[in-house]
Amino acid sequence: MIGFWTRLAYAVRCFLAILLQAEIPHDIARALIKPADDIASLPQSELVRAKKEDTRGEESVDRAVQMLGLLQRDGRLIDFLSEDVAAYPDAQLGAAVRSIHTSCRQVLERYVKLDPVIASEEDQPVTVPAGFDPAAIKLVGNVTGEPPIRGVLRHRGWRVKEVTLPSLPQGSGRAIVAPAEVEIL
Amino acid sequence: MDSQFIVGIDLGTTNCALARIRSSAVDDSGGIELENVPQLVNPNEVADRTLLPSFLYIPGEMDFAQGSLKLPWDKDPQFVIGELARKRGAENPVRLVASAKSWLSNAAVNRTAPILPWQSPEEVSKLSPVEASSQYLRYLRTAWDSNHPEQLLGEQDVLLTVPASFDEEARELTLRAAEQAGLQHVTLLEEPQAAFYAWLEAQGDSWRKRIKVGDLILVCDVGGGTTDFSLITVSEENGDLALKRVAVGDHILLGGDNMDLALARLLQQRLEAEGHTIDTHHLQGLWHQSRLAKEYLFENSDSKKHDVTLLGKGRKLVGGTIKTELLHEDLDRVLLEGFFPQVQSDEMPVRQRRIGFQELGLPFAADPAVTKHLARFLAQQVQNSPEAANIRRGRSGLACPTHVLFNGGVMKAEALRSRLVEVLNHWLAEEGFEALAPAQVLDAPDLEHAVARGAAYYGRARRGLGVRIRSGASRTYYVGIESAMPAVPGMEAPLKALCVVPFGMEEGTEAQVPDREFGLVVGEPAEFRFLSSTIRKQDHVGDLLENWGTDIEELSPLEVTLKKDGEQGAVLPVRLESHVTEIGTLEVWCVSRDGTQRWKLELNIRDKSD
Repeated sequence: MIGFWTRLAYAVRCFLAILLQAEIPHDIARALIKPADDIASLPQSELVRAKKEDTRGEESVDRAVQMLGLLQRDGRLIDFLSEDVAAYPDAQLGAAVRSIHTSCRQVLERYVKLDPVIASEEDQPVTVPAGFDPAAIKLVGNVTGEPPIRGVLRHRGWRVKEVTLPSLPQGSGRAIVAPAEVEIL
Repeated sequence: MDSQFIVGIDLGTTNCALARIRSSAVDDSGGIELENVPQLVNPNEVADRTLLPSFLYIPGEMDFAQGSLKLPWDKDPQFVIGELARKRGAENPVRLVASAKSWLSNAAVNRTAPILPWQSPEEVSKLSPVEASSQYLRYLRTAWDSNHPEQLLGEQDVLLTVPASFDEEARELTLRAAEQAGLQHVTLLEEPQAAFYAWLEAQGDSWRKRIKVGDLILVCDVGGGTTDFSLITVSEENGDLALKRVAVGDHILLGGDNMDLALARLLQQRLEAEGHTIDTHHLQGLWHQSRLAKEYLFENSDSKKHDVTLLGKGRKLVGGTIKTELLHEDLDRVLLEGFFPQVQSDEMPVRQRRIGFQELGLPFAADPAVTKHLARFLAQQVQNSPEAANIRRGRSGLACPTHVLFNGGVMKAEALRSRLVEVLNHWLAEEGFEALAPAQVLDAPDLEHAVARGAAYYGRARRGLGVRIRSGASRTYYVGIESAMPAVPGMEAPLKALCVVPFGMEEGTEAQVPDREFGLVVGEPAEFRFLSSTIRKQDHVGDLLENWGTDIEELSPLEVTLKKDGEQGAVLPVRLESHVTEIGTLEVWCVSRDGTQRWKLELNIRDKSD
């Protein structure tokens, strides 16, 4: 049996979570619900999760459009990528790219904080710890044996530390990467 | 007054800033913090900035998507103020109010009538210069209140800065704007003085080692839109150093914006010579990029040039890209030679006014040479001054500063600061003085926020913590008296000017105008013509002048209606009395012969062309 104070804390948290978020905190569910109950409650919680993922999916599409919009607004990135640049001499291309690079970089600095996954010098030895996350660290070359493994860092990787995007526009504006511009003469 | 904070507000021509200090601070050092001003920087995007660009955009229905102007404290604001206003205004200038402060001091227009944006079409609902200034202050107040809901700005002790060159009318209008914005406890402070206070604050106690009795400090403030000079003397009082502001310059509409535009025009010519067509959209881009390139080159004096690229419009981005370079030589030629030329101390600026480039209505300086304006200031502002004995002067009578303090965004560039010092040193040598040593050039640490910080420092100094600069009326003021002469048809009776406030009359003092009584009719409005001079500094209270040439200019009239029970229509003899108030304004009062009754004269600011 779990101690009284823990139960009290669970009860209060569940009360608030059900009232405000219509769900039971996962850690409490894991600690209290028996396997049989788990199966019984599955359809219900699945449903909640599915619904949540649905709105989250929509939102993440809007956010992706917004990110493109920001890179376009300040850095003209979409114009650049959709232009056929094969015919231009390198000097012409270079002049444009410098400017696009500067402004797109400012967009990144402003809205997305990026950190390297492994913050040490590239081409220097590193040790990959046991239990590492294969999504964050990719092993290449002669991958044998058990971690911890020693290797050479070839790419530090990038990890998003923080994304601070402006609030989303309303309604149809969410599909707009760049508005058409009409000059009134 | 029991406010929790002392707040300094720099209501600038191109940027506003706000600094605060807790009024419980017990000593005179540190503790001044800049306030973040959340503002729209793009539609749907509010960000914190320490500067609020003084731009107001009046959005029409076709301007922004619904809901995209939401502020944390206002779902649907009537105006856009700050960074987004500036950006959007560049695309659609007819709805943009800019340089409201310069309009506030432009006596050629009616400053309480809705005239801004200047010359915009009728469908745009316009604002008066006072309302526009008031909107900036209201915005700052609302932003503050949302940060400090327990200490509303309206209840705090606020120090609001104005150009030293503002006359009584412009000061009065600034106070009126503050009042309309809901600020209740406002004191005015001259910007160059605020910059000097910021230097004092940064120095801590060691300022007493940097300056000594007899020194003369030139404050040279070149901002985005205006240039402002002041002189401060150092004397001794009760064994301690005393500071006094003894001269202020004319209002010069010349600043960093002019310099950036001059560079943009140069690049425009260069591109056109190569066969490119430059339209207004390109010119906007060039203006912006010239500023960035200028700042880069000034900060990296080793670089010889900086690329300026204009990307193609529409989808032909790379194909339409044109590129040029801003060279270090260009800066030397356009900025140093054009705006800071090496001139003799007797070279005065060209007086004739050219047509302004931004807004036709503003009296932009005709001569872009800052150094010539400085020469005129040093030569003329100390002439006839009652302070002349305390001002170090050279053989030709030129005021010769022992120190110079720079302020304003333009003076961030080391190259421009050293040019100005070089020119000053040349003049000093001719006047028989030694050149300024590097230690005599006083650098305020943060030129963009110095005025707001200095204003907060002054607020604390007013409560006895820290040194104060004494200052008085920056002009001489007169009331007009029509001569008692037989009327000649078609001729106005000649006007005489009676001095009521002498130059330098100190804050918190009052003066009686001797030997002269006026008979005013009880119950009827009486009007006094009101005049001022920046040139005649030798006049005393009660002096009566005729034939002053162009030395004196007329302001809006003073009005009063005597109210006295049961004596409607009676003629009452009164004397005039003037006060220079603690909050930085003037008051003229009528006082009855026995001194028991007083009526305040109000400045009736209106369009002079009426």
